[in-house]
Amino acid sequence: MPGGHRIGMGALPAALAADRDAAFPHVVRALIDGVYSGALRMTGSRADAEDVAQEAFLRAYRALGGYSPERIRELRLREWVWAIAANLCRNRERSRRRRPQEALPSQAALADPAPGPEDRALAAAGGEALAAHLARLPWAQRAAVVLRHVTGLSYAEVAVALGRPIGTVKADVHRGLQRLRSLLEEER
Amino acid sequence: MTDIPARLAALREPAPTHLVPEVLERLGLADRYVTRPSALGPVFVAFTNFGVSRVDLAGDPERFAAAYRQRFGREVVAAVALPPRLAAAVDRALGEGRTRGVPVDRAGLSEFQAAVLHLAASIPPGEVRPYGWVAREIGRPGSDRAVGNALAANPVPLVVPCHRVVRADGRFGRYSLGADANKRLLLEAEGLEVEEYEALAGRGVRYLGSDTTGIYCHPTCRHARRITAKHRVEFCSSAEAARAGYRPCRDCRPAAA
Repeated sequence: MPGGHRIGMGALPAALAADRDAAFPHVVRALIDGVYSGALRMTGSRADAEDVAQEAFLRAYRALGGYSPERIRELRLREWVWAIAANLCRNRERSRRRRPQEALPSQAALADPAPGPEDRALAAAGGEALAAHLARLPWAQRAAVVLRHVTGLSYAEVAVALGRPIGTVKADVHRGLQRLRSLLEEER
Repeated sequence: MTDIPARLAALREPAPTHLVPEVLERLGLADRYVTRPSALGPVFVAFTNFGVSRVDLAGDPERFAAAYRQRFGREVVAAVALPPRLAAAVDRALGEGRTRGVPVDRAGLSEFQAAVLHLAASIPPGEVRPYGWVAREIGRPGSDRAVGNALAANPVPLVVPCHRVVRADGRFGRYSLGADANKRLLLEAEGLEVEEYEALAGRGVRYLGSDTTGIYCHPTCRHARRITAKHRVEFCSSAEAARAGYRPCRDCRPAAA
């Protein structure tokens, strides 16, 4: 696959089926910002978000090795990678709960040690407060809200990624948003 | 305040720039590079399992990685060290100019370019050969211009010493690593008497012969440099040398021997 050109998302499954090694870097570049951002808001930690993103793509790559070309061509890549990444985020949360000394991240833990210009802009806009409230939502609501509104997946895509019925996902997003709204209002 | 979806969308941010290369390196889908000293200052040396893939003046690592991606379609990430065998060969090439036999990754090179680079790597340090000589030696006489283009696109300057291939008229020609002047600088650092060579070539002298051995050479060939002034004969062409009864040197091959 020549040079630095990008393959459109729609053409990626076919490209992967034809040559996994040549196409996979394009998959990583196409999805990494979304996976990282989503994992950051699901786990509340930049370090965890990096780990999750790395691990999700490693697992995806290995899994592709065992799939037939037909199956790869049929893949809905974004949802498929998110199914892996969301599971990883959830597992982290569970293991953290078993070790209560590492409580769910507080607002302090969310503060980036060296905030970049974007972080400062976000903090100025109250982004950090919103992120801290997000981290306090129950898992199902948080995962659904993050995938729908931070990562920008459709409800149908969120349902596939989380392996839940679309109606449940819609309800979770709705409840999550309500909860965030009341948390933000309490704060005022 | 209440447009929470829009505020959530604003929480999206780019992944740290090191993340993609790290992922791809762990999958074996990224190449690696180290920084090494050279006569032109520190250089980045990228490598694959097949050998050295790229040499460039050390600068902003992200720009290097972006240019690498553009050129080869692969990521490149910083490595702690070169694999031992490659390290010895690369340091020999960068340190002493001994470039013969350094493994080079030929992926993406045309057969013609690979032949040009392979031959150029055999030119000893401190010696130069004209473009036409390379063309003839790889069996494509007259393709001087294509040879020039192949050397200009040399992905691994210094490791393949394209600076040792020059114009027949004694001018050094263009150079891809930094400024054109670096070509002269490198040759000087390798011990070439640059001004002497320029003066000679400028007078139209292409070869030097010895009237004691009856052999003629490229002027910078180590055998030519041993000829004492008293026995030194100048030729403007190989035909002229042949007419005078001289035979071409077997090392620098001024004509098909």
